[in-house]
Amino acid sequence: MTNPDSTKGASRKRGRRSMTLYAEGEPMVWLTGGALAIALLMIITMLVYVGFMGAANFWPLPIVEVRTASGELLLGEVTRQQLYQPPVANLAQLDEARLKRVQGEMGERDGFVRRRLVRTGNYELTGSRFHWVSDYNIDEEHNPEWAIVAERMEWGNFYGYPLSFLIDGEVVADTPESVWAQVQAIHKEIRARWQSRKRLETHDIGRANREEERARLAMVDAERRFDGGAIGAEQRDQARRDYEETFARVRKDHARITAEIRALNQKNERYVLRMRTGTGQETTLHLADVVRAYPANRLTAAQKTGVFLSRWREFLTDDPREANQEGGVFPAIIGTVTMTLVMTLFVVPFGVLAALYLREYAKAGPLVSAVRIAINNLAGVPSIVFGVFGLGFFCYIFGGYIDEWFYSARLPAPTFRKGGVLWASSTLALLTLPVVIVATEEALAAVPSSMREGSYACGASKWQTIVRIVLPRAMPGIMTGMILAMARGAGEVAPLMLVGAVKLAPDLPLDFMNWSGTLGPILTGPIHLDRSFMHLGFHIYDVGFQSPDSEAARPMVFTTTLLLIGIIVVLNLSAMVLRGKLRKRFMTGAF
Amino acid sequence: MIVQATPGRTEQHETRAAPMASASRLEAIARGDKVASETHEALASEEGVLEIEQFDLWYGQAQALHDISMRIPKGKVTALVGPSGCGKSTLLRSVNRLNDLIDTVRIEGDMVLNGASIYGPGVDVIELRKRMGMVFQKSNPFPMSIYENVVYSLRIDGERNKKTLDEVCERSLRGAALWDEVKGRLQESALGLSGGQQQRLCIARAIAAEPEVLLMDEPCSALDPIATNKIEDLIEQLKGEYTILIVTHNMQQAARSSDYTAFMYLGRLIEYGPTDVIFQNPLLPETQDYVTGRFG
Repeated sequence: MTNPDSTKGASRKRGRRSMTLYAEGEPMVWLTGGALAIALLMIITMLVYVGFMGAANFWPLPIVEVRTASGELLLGEVTRQQLYQPPVANLAQLDEARLKRVQGEMGERDGFVRRRLVRTGNYELTGSRFHWVSDYNIDEEHNPEWAIVAERMEWGNFYGYPLSFLIDGEVVADTPESVWAQVQAIHKEIRARWQSRKRLETHDIGRANREEERARLAMVDAERRFDGGAIGAEQRDQARRDYEETFARVRKDHARITAEIRALNQKNERYVLRMRTGTGQETTLHLADVVRAYPANRLTAAQKTGVFLSRWREFLTDDPREANQEGGVFPAIIGTVTMTLVMTLFVVPFGVLAALYLREYAKAGPLVSAVRIAINNLAGVPSIVFGVFGLGFFCYIFGGYIDEWFYSARLPAPTFRKGGVLWASSTLALLTLPVVIVATEEALAAVPSSMREGSYACGASKWQTIVRIVLPRAMPGIMTGMILAMARGAGEVAPLMLVGAVKLAPDLPLDFMNWSGTLGPILTGPIHLDRSFMHLGFHIYDVGFQSPDSEAARPMVFTTTLLLIGIIVVLNLSAMVLRGKLRKRFMTGAF
Repeated sequence: MIVQATPGRTEQHETRAAPMASASRLEAIARGDKVASETHEALASEEGVLEIEQFDLWYGQAQALHDISMRIPKGKVTALVGPSGCGKSTLLRSVNRLNDLIDTVRIEGDMVLNGASIYGPGVDVIELRKRMGMVFQKSNPFPMSIYENVVYSLRIDGERNKKTLDEVCERSLRGAALWDEVKGRLQESALGLSGGQQQRLCIARAIAAEPEVLLMDEPCSALDPIATNKIEDLIEQLKGEYTILIVTHNMQQAARSSDYTAFMYLGRLIEYGPTDVIFQNPLLPETQDYVTGRFG
């Protein structure tokens, strides 16, 4: 500090250098670009991982048979593998030769050894589905030619060898080739019979039951309205007679359907497949219970593709089985789509009207600002809070009134006073309302004032200007809000757990076989707003974290996630195409 | 109804407008003093469609128009000229009360359109605007077909008769010299037209409802010379049939296409008279300076 001039010069120089850094801006390009790259990388990694895990898990795997050191025989598919450090205690029990093998492997793999997870199935016989096998523990391993995988309606997969095929108790085939030829020849027919049985059980019996229920409700209603006294006794008796008549008819229907079902079952029970498991136990399989069976190690690439596609088809179009761990997610797809569309139907008109008032009519001031802030904050409220609100307000209060007014005959069984599509959609509509309002407001603000002035100058009123000029012009922006709301709504899970999503729904919320959906006096046709529904997001949570066997559920979680992402992409894409069309129509060639 | 000029008022203007040196008058205006307008005698003999009567307008605290009194003669083209920010457009937009859309605007005085007050109590602004047409600086066709654009003012009146609509559409498009260019594609989007065509479409839309006065706010400022020429020809054709009040920055345009010219400065009307007089032999030296391009 002896020379004041030099320090001054130095500080000026320092100052200039830091100025240069800002002025040049080159590092900022790297900073901003890097942030974007990291964000993209994370998203792409997740999508690729989910895509791969989800798409690959329907590919049929080869069957291995291994004999372990303890003499245990395992037959099944290797579903995954990992490296681990074997506990010292385990190693101590090994004999000389095996210890050498372990040490050799550990030397190769930096102190790790490999183990594989074998899906052995046959749960009803062994009480377990999966086994970990360490490589060093394996004495023998091969891919048996005639090992068969059978996916069953119950008890999960079966792995084993075909022994014989019986028709009406008589052996008609006893070599693997001939047994397999028989199975292939007859299996389709048996499954078709099983399908028609299922249709009878759900559809026909369901219709008969609905008919009876309707007559019963009419009777209860008549009894309630004309309670006791002489007035209306005629109607009451008439309703009772109607009910008894219907009941008798439905009884007859029931008997007929049951007989048909029994006939179908009897036909199917003629065919029995005898199998031997890997451990040598013998058991029988009823072909009606077998969804799909194939000799995994004999399949050609084309046949494997066939199995792969057939599994995808089942996944997309069938009901779940085995506590949702197997089978399809069709009800969840329908539930998700129905719920999302009904939600959109609620939230878009509501949000657009609210935004119109805020932007076009409300006078700017502290109150309007406060309302805007409140709307934006609404978007930040945890979604489970909306769920609780929906349950308390929509289900219990609204639903309670609706039941009281329109469905009193059914009480105490609730119709709308419980979770269902209507309340789930309403709750999510509330949740996504801020998105729509904000997007619509921005779109309205972006309509050039010259348009409005032009309309006013023609003598249009405010409402005419809004309807004829402002709204069409803002439509693409409103669509953007709708897209965002749909994406948000379709992916939401937490509030749905409270207001209508269930693990397994007996009926679809969108049912084209049954057009009797109502909301009080309003006929909603195939949309059954009162029904609870399955939802892909909830399905992922439920299967992944609530199922008794998480290992078995793993593939399903990935595939369902992939599907949910796919559905959201499809919903968004279609909305975007629509928006593009509108934009072309209303916004081209401004100058 | 014919509104006769009040001779007394013209006189009053005469007496108030004491001869002043050019600089001192502009300085007086800049100081905020009251300076009287110079309205030529020729206007007194014209039949007025629109009478602007001592009109003041404020944007919040700032006064934008000071005591404007003008008569817009019937079937003639009247041009409003003046440097930017002098209140020409504000005055024009006050005629069809578009300024009402701005919350902070406050006015005093009145305007009378064919004997009916514009700012009087109980005036229905919507109905009022239907009696006028307006063309804006930047063409603003609506996002709909050419046909729907032209018949917009009829549609909002609930006109559904296809024949009437077709007639009006053709008449207006012919009136705006656009018919031959678009007759084959009336149902196509108006946004596909060129800039000049869009502006003529806006003129067609403005004359569709047979306005009593046609307001034009620099209709050519965003157009190329050829399109500008077409619009000027169009104004020439519309003259006589329609009363036109036009704001322009282009002195040649004002000189070519208008019958009367009003020169405004800082919210005041300075001089108002027949165009040839204003451009060749104005009463005030300030006007002379402005129209010859020496200031402004």
